[in-house]
Amino acid sequence: MKRLAIALACVLPGAAQAVEYTQVQAEKSAIAFTYKQMGVAVDGRFRRFSSHLSFDPARPAAARAAFDVELASVDTGAPEGDEEVATRAWFNTRAFPSARFVSTGVRALGGNRYEVSGQLSIKGKTQEVVVPATFTAQGNSGVFDGSFTIRRGDFSIGEGSWAKFDIVANEVLIKFRITAAGK
Amino acid sequence: MTACYTATAKALHWLMAILFFGLLALGFYMHDLPLSPEKLQLYSWHKWVGVTAFLLIWLRLVWRVTHRPPALPASMSPMWQLAAHAGHLVLYVLMIAIPLSGWLMSSAKGFQTVWFGVLPIPDLLGKDKELGDLLQTIHMVLNLTFVAVIAGHIGAALKHHFIDKDDILTRMLPAKSRGN
Repeated sequence: MKRLAIALACVLPGAAQAVEYTQVQAEKSAIAFTYKQMGVAVDGRFRRFSSHLSFDPARPAAARAAFDVELASVDTGAPEGDEEVATRAWFNTRAFPSARFVSTGVRALGGNRYEVSGQLSIKGKTQEVVVPATFTAQGNSGVFDGSFTIRRGDFSIGEGSWAKFDIVANEVLIKFRITAAGK
Repeated sequence: MTACYTATAKALHWLMAILFFGLLALGFYMHDLPLSPEKLQLYSWHKWVGVTAFLLIWLRLVWRVTHRPPALPASMSPMWQLAAHAGHLVLYVLMIAIPLSGWLMSSAKGFQTVWFGVLPIPDLLGKDKELGDLLQTIHMVLNLTFVAVIAGHIGAALKHHFIDKDDILTRMLPAKSRGN
């Protein structure tokens, strides 16, 4: 099959770019977020996540993406914040060690823009999310960039005294850059 | 004629005295608190008032330069006059250095200061943990120095009033004013 694809790629000029991007390169990828406390935007990130990806620009509808983010690897921008968000009121990492995103569909919006629908599960709660992303081929690899906003309240992230949104806002902007090698 | 400060100089002096007492009390109280929404709120308030004090000190400096304060009484020896001037100079330096160190610390720790939650104050430094920790130490040492110098300032004013029985303390009180 692979040999056939290569043979076709040689014959068909249009198919020459048909590369499937599957090997996520962790060192060139990042999942970060921005939250607001008292009106101040603070940047954080997750140091570790694993992923499964297959994306062929020629067949976006067939694309698949799944991410498992290790919540204990959070960097909230402050060490005491890292300890705090691991607790039961926030991520409760002991009971829910990872957040999971699984795509359910990918729609090409024209140009290099795509819309990825999927299910985001955090702390035992699942929400449908729609994630806009761009794709840029860079040599043998491809870069996916995008961001979307979640409401931490939808996932019970920050309960008890943190449940009000006057100090730490409900909206959290999730930003990602995923670099994947093609094959 | 009794030498006296201008009403503006007095107003700035006492307003900043109130702000600094509040900032010092809040600063020493909040930094040991466990993380909570209240702690984040208090930090924001501390920064907002700190920025306010930082703006006021420049206004005060301009006023100080353009309005000569009354001379120290001749009964003070030259050495004590020098000590008084040196003490005031240190207070002015600290009133600039302390908010500045707090501002830089916030930037280095990655928490921008947004004045009253509305006006973002530019970050002069990028995020840098080591630098942030160093600036935190500097901010604390400067404030401990500030507390010591303020104690000397208050002690000196009381000594002038109760022991030397001169007008050093009363000429800063609101009652007597030469206008402005």
